[in-house]
Amino acid sequence: MTATTLTASDAAAAPDERTLPLKTRLQRAERRKKLLHLALIAPLAVFLLLTFLWPIGALLKRSVDNPEVVGGLPATAAALAHWNGQGLPPASALAVFVKEMEGARGSTELASAAKRLNTEMTGYRSLIMKTARSLPLPDGSNLQEGLAAIDPRWGETRTWQVMARAGQPYTSYYLLAALDHAVDADGAIVAATEDQAIYLDVLGRTFWMSLVVTLCCLVLGFPLAYLLTSLPTRSSNLLMILVLLPFWTSILVRVASWIVLLQSGGLVNQALQALGLIDEPLQLVFNRLGVYIAMTHILLPFMILPLYSVMKGISPIYLRAAQSLGCPPFQSFWKVYFPQTLPGVFAGSLLVFILSMGYYITPALLGGPQEQMASYFIAFYTNETINWGMAAALSTVLLGATLLLYVVYSRYAGQGRNAAKAR
Amino acid sequence: MAAQSGSTGQEAHVTFTRVQKTYDGETLIVRDLNLEIRRGEFLTLLGPSGSGKTTCLMMLAGFETPTSGEIRVGGTVINKVPPHRRNIGMVFQNYALFPHMTVAENLRFPLSVRKLPAADIDAKVKRALAMVRLEAFGNRYPQQLSGGQQQRIALARALVFEPELVLMDEPLGALDKQLREHMQIEIKHLHDSLGITFVFVTHDQGEALTMSDRIAVFDRGEIQQIDSAECLYEEPANAFVAGFIGESNTFQGTLLERNGDACAVRLPSGAVVQARAADVGDVGSSAVVSVRPERIVLNGASAGCENRFSAKVKELIYQGDHVRVQLDLGNQSSLMVKAPISQLSHELRPEQPIEVGIPAAHLRALAPTPSA
Repeated sequence: MTATTLTASDAAAAPDERTLPLKTRLQRAERRKKLLHLALIAPLAVFLLLTFLWPIGALLKRSVDNPEVVGGLPATAAALAHWNGQGLPPASALAVFVKEMEGARGSTELASAAKRLNTEMTGYRSLIMKTARSLPLPDGSNLQEGLAAIDPRWGETRTWQVMARAGQPYTSYYLLAALDHAVDADGAIVAATEDQAIYLDVLGRTFWMSLVVTLCCLVLGFPLAYLLTSLPTRSSNLLMILVLLPFWTSILVRVASWIVLLQSGGLVNQALQALGLIDEPLQLVFNRLGVYIAMTHILLPFMILPLYSVMKGISPIYLRAAQSLGCPPFQSFWKVYFPQTLPGVFAGSLLVFILSMGYYITPALLGGPQEQMASYFIAFYTNETINWGMAAALSTVLLGATLLLYVVYSRYAGQGRNAAKAR
Repeated sequence: MAAQSGSTGQEAHVTFTRVQKTYDGETLIVRDLNLEIRRGEFLTLLGPSGSGKTTCLMMLAGFETPTSGEIRVGGTVINKVPPHRRNIGMVFQNYALFPHMTVAENLRFPLSVRKLPAADIDAKVKRALAMVRLEAFGNRYPQQLSGGQQQRIALARALVFEPELVLMDEPLGALDKQLREHMQIEIKHLHDSLGITFVFVTHDQGEALTMSDRIAVFDRGEIQQIDSAECLYEEPANAFVAGFIGESNTFQGTLLERNGDACAVRLPSGAVVQARAADVGDVGSSAVVSVRPERIVLNGASAGCENRFSAKVKELIYQGDHVRVQLDLGNQSSLMVKAPISQLSHELRPEQPIEVGIPAAHLRALAPTPSA
């Protein structure tokens, strides 16, 4: 009896189900599973959003934020936004400015607006302060003439252009400054003067030092990774532990020990002198050499591990095959084995390069002024001068460069994957 | 006594003289290898795993060095010649086609290493691709090809630089049965048309029997017998070969008397059988008699046989072209017979008594395999 009822109800439901397209039915069947999966990753997604994406986004926004003038003189900024930039602003805008200045006199917002304007044009700060003190204008006087009487600079187009530009809510000022450029009074982008242009140098140095460290890691790591794959498991495991050992020690401790080892009275110099190889201690630390030595040491495992994992998958039979085809051993290695390790070489190099680009503590402790990398200046602006705009702009440039590299890499890796898929 | 195929000459191409190989200094993987490979022949090294056949091949290819002894190719000792100077083509177990090169680049590799002119290289690559009928696949990567196609490319790569000697290390192991059988024929035809020396390693006796001019059966680091497929099967030299190649029924016994080729062996049941003496010791020593299941005759046909028994049918297994009949001889000994369908009378049933005959010519008496 029960069986009969069940069959009947099934038969009733079946035609309804069947009429739906197959795709819809599949989606329905999968929906529950998908929701479950989403629920499982939701905590991580929320965590990442709150602790990673949002703060970083907010910080990067600082590189184009321009709140001072908009905050100090909001009505003036709004009025000047409609001005065409020719001659002097219309009387209505001047009236708004005068009225706002009177009201804002002595406020901290006005002070920070003045400071911000001063970065664009020297002397603007005192101009604002002087004007604020001299207001209000005598009753019934012409606004234009009255302002010019307080300071003749109010009669110049340039003064108002600077304020109009600084009154925009977003600015390219910091980003341009991070690339040693600035907008001049006429609004054209020009190179910064020589005494102010330091960031391109710093970025170039960051790239160069990262490149050298990457190459050192590759040259040292490649043979070791190869050794790891060719040794019997027992000894290769032991060697692997030695490779990973530095991970278990704090970077600060390792950097400090490098100072102990490399300083002029340090172990290395003493040993070399005792052996009679040198008379004077070599300068091994607090210069670029010291930074290279320490960074290579710290980053080496990041090169070895991807190399090792790729090499582990390459059968040694290829080398035999190449030799049986008449290729001498070294050439076989170069033509047959090495090309197959390229994905590992690229992955390791990218990892080491990107990590080195952000290095701060090692150059700060082991280098001189000429070894400081971009991160040092970011730290300088955040910790010492509290210039969030410059810190954020430098970070943006660094992140942009890193992302660009990553795109290049993923394109290469993507091609590799496609080729591998095609195979 | 070896049967020769037409293309095979008698001249020795490769000789192994008293070759020994040990990896750990304790056990000999190859004990005492004396082998002559004739120019132009297809020689298969057959044996169970660990029998030393692959080591033997690797020593010839140059990837292993003999611990002692001499290997000559064309009269020159090559013990110390590195593999890349030996000019020996080799096909590996998993083909070892270079995954980062296209098929054509794989074939160009041995030629460009030899610094041939570009035009020659192109012509040879084209010819090699045509030889394995894969002309259209030059621009593919190895992983885009099927197993059989990869196998053919590996073969083409081993032959493209025209070596006189080609070695193959279980090259068909990764293919499915049907493709494997197809490739066996293809490789055999290729050998016949090229006339160069092939040395083939396998543990698959069917493969060895299909392809080879001669087969060297390896066990425990020594060649047990080297002969044509027919001789190996019909006239195994010792108990190992008899058991390893094909199926056989074996009985332990004692050698009773010997008269030239003929001998008599007493079985534990007390019965005395007439057999051919192949490889037996002195009278009184223990011996193994062995007979192929298809050489045993049943019922009326057994009338003229030297050895006749009464038995009982235990089990019948239908195999399509033949029936496997399990017979009970009493005393816990049993006998397996392969009877062709056409010769089998229909009334055979389990538990039925039956007459069995074993012709003395096909019952071979051998010394038992030393157990160690």
